[in-house]
Amino acid sequence: MCDQTFLAVVFGPCDKCSKEKPLRAVYIKSEQLSYCSLCVEMVWLHENETLASLKNEAETLKGKLEEERAKLHDVELHQVAERVEALGQFVMKTRRTLKGHGNKVLCMDWCKDKRRIVSSSQDGKVIVWDSFTTNKEHAVTMPCTWVMACAYAPSGCAIACGGLDNKCSVYPLTFDKNENMAAKKKSVAMHTNYLSACSFTNSDMQILTASGDGTCALWDVESGQLLQSFHGHGADVLCLDLAPSETGNTFVSGGCDKKAMVWDMRSGQCIQSFETHDSDINSVRYYPSGDAFASGSDDATCRLYDLRADREVAIYSKESIIFGASSVDFSLSGRLLFAGYNDYTINVWDVLKGSRVSILFGHENRVSTLRVSPDGTAFCSGSWDHTLRVSA
Amino acid sequence: QMERMIVSMQDPDMGIKMRNQRLLITVIPHAMTGNDIVEWLIQKYGITEEESLHLGNLIVKHGYIYPLKDPRSLVLRADESPYRFQTPYFWTSTKWPATELDYAIYLAKKNIRKQGNLIEHEKDNYNLLHKRINHTWDFVVMQAREQLRAAKQRRKGDRIVIDCQEQANWLRQRPPEALALVPAWGVPPILGTMLSLQPGAPNVLEQGPERRNCHTTRVQLTKNMDYYKREIEYCRKAMARTRVKSSICLEGYLKFNEQYVPHDPIMSGCLPSNPWITDDTTYWAMNAPTVPTPTKLRVERWGFNFSELITDPLGRAQLLEFLKKEFSAENLSFWEACEELRYGEQSRISEIVDSIYQQFLAPGATRWVNIDSKTMERTLEGIKTPHRYVMDDAQMHIYMLMKKDSYPRFLKSDLYKNLLAEAIIPPETKKRVFPFMRKQRHSSPSPAL
Repeated sequence: MCDQTFLAVVFGPCDKCSKEKPLRAVYIKSEQLSYCSLCVEMVWLHENETLASLKNEAETLKGKLEEERAKLHDVELHQVAERVEALGQFVMKTRRTLKGHGNKVLCMDWCKDKRRIVSSSQDGKVIVWDSFTTNKEHAVTMPCTWVMACAYAPSGCAIACGGLDNKCSVYPLTFDKNENMAAKKKSVAMHTNYLSACSFTNSDMQILTASGDGTCALWDVESGQLLQSFHGHGADVLCLDLAPSETGNTFVSGGCDKKAMVWDMRSGQCIQSFETHDSDINSVRYYPSGDAFASGSDDATCRLYDLRADREVAIYSKESIIFGASSVDFSLSGRLLFAGYNDYTINVWDVLKGSRVSILFGHENRVSTLRVSPDGTAFCSGSWDHTLRVSA
Repeated sequence: QMERMIVSMQDPDMGIKMRNQRLLITVIPHAMTGNDIVEWLIQKYGITEEESLHLGNLIVKHGYIYPLKDPRSLVLRADESPYRFQTPYFWTSTKWPATELDYAIYLAKKNIRKQGNLIEHEKDNYNLLHKRINHTWDFVVMQAREQLRAAKQRRKGDRIVIDCQEQANWLRQRPPEALALVPAWGVPPILGTMLSLQPGAPNVLEQGPERRNCHTTRVQLTKNMDYYKREIEYCRKAMARTRVKSSICLEGYLKFNEQYVPHDPIMSGCLPSNPWITDDTTYWAMNAPTVPTPTKLRVERWGFNFSELITDPLGRAQLLEFLKKEFSAENLSFWEACEELRYGEQSRISEIVDSIYQQFLAPGATRWVNIDSKTMERTLEGIKTPHRYVMDDAQMHIYMLMKKDSYPRFLKSDLYKNLLAEAIIPPETKKRVFPFMRKQRHSSPSPAL
């Protein structure tokens, strides 16, 4: 129902039809008028009509857009990939197991030095490890539980994390034993709902965040100032990834509205949007060349979207996989896609041919996060079984 | 929950395929062996035995199939042990609220039947419940007695089946080793009585924080209209954008793949060895950001595209050397300064813009960069109101200049050729382990823990 007050207090000439009738207050374009009940009905009908017609227009336009997109689609990826040599047998083992979290591991990120990682868990603990030696180097306890996002700064001198506290906090990493890390904490981002993902841009001074309130935002770390906000998702935003391109101005985000949207960081506008998944998109990651990105979703599929062709070009799914994919990442050359699933396994897909190369077991609960190391030598997976595993 | 739906979809399907009758001591209709389940999964989905076992186990844990022989543990065994499908009444997706009362009745029944011989955790739960719902205890006991009496009148086979069904269901809903009846705090509860679980059997009912998805958002009339208007505008813009043919894009992937696969440690291994596999960090030492002699692969990579060269600190240093010889080193410095502006602190923006102007753009500046007049005009105009992206046009111009002009010359230069020649190929360590074994020696070892 549109905004109406139902008190018929006044009796007089209707503003619309000028007849003498009991009047109601009606708000049209923020102006208060007095209409008789018949005219009120007509206004309401009219609004409904415009809404319906708008909806129709939107639907037809979407249909036309799909047609346009389909026109240029002359070949499928696996057809083109037939020329590529098939992959041999695949053997990857867990090389390091990091134990120390007291509860589910929710997120992790690599440091640029290729061996350190930061991980966060449900009990509020954020730990920095040297994963090569499995030593814990730093540990912070956040005041909230369910720390769902954490990121390492490019310089390696700070970490950012956040979760149910709706904030993103940056902690500088210090090796001074006497200093309490929590004391130096800087609160950077403020959202109105939980923080689902965060990432530093090319420097330590800017952070990009995604939140359950349906928006993404870019912040200046020093001042905590909001530099740009990105509105457009119809539901919680669950993940984001920055484009690797040299001009570095875009990022992609995925949300519970089944859409993956590509944004321009400068203007805050959505450049492209893709809606082919059947359920929440849990994870998005750019292809190393920056021309495409992959997404993993609760509908048990991973899909590859090409940005220049503006469409989905591949689906990675198998009938026997019925649990959602929680996290995806590419190998360095982009030939392999590693995806962690809620059925405790990690599936490795051949990106070009669209087939599954291998399935890795080892975790005892769902895999919540997965990242390939910066130099591509290994990948680390974190799980609800309280451990992280580095495999190569 | 999607996953539950999919799992339950499987069942009717399976049901069609398998309706064997097996003998236990008493005849149990519509049962199947664990082996059958595993076999069927392997066949239907073309998966390995290990995966089929894993999947089957998950199905059992979620309560869609239950074991008849050893109903205490919800585990799938690939042998002759019999299993049955759980009745839809007990499926998770029917969201049958598991009230304490029902659980109490179940435990009371068991207690009576086994004459006080319950398993440890059930005993604890029983006593707890007894304390909590003491007031209705008579009702509970009466219900239990009635159910037992009715059950006695059924055939033994049916009785066993019903017992197992109930047992499996309650095992799933009230897993052992759980802190009794403590709701998971800090998370909005999904089901009425959730238990927080210690490590042991994973509680398959656990969820993450509640998500607001498109089915539950509140939509107001005006919001709807705005939403559609935005959608329409977006579609219009999107129609107008230029798209590239699929074949061209896909070729791009192949080309990229060809170029980069030799550099991908997981695909092609790395020399001398992958540090994670051999515990030898030489690879990292040789590829550190600054080394006196870079590896061959690294130098080759600089030739792929300009971005590779400029993002590698060693590459950038070499580029600087080259540009100095061409007297265009200020281009690189200008670009670096612009990057600093773009990603720098908000508070320092005017300061940085000023410094860039003084060094690179002012007439007569020491390191004046060569930008075309139109861009220069625009930039100088923009400097009056400095902001983070004010140098973008100029920066792009210079970047393109370096990319299209200096970069090709760099690749043909003696400097680069020397780098390639002097670059080292590290010798491989004896233990050469690749994730991909091209030679088929023996059957694939299962990835161990």
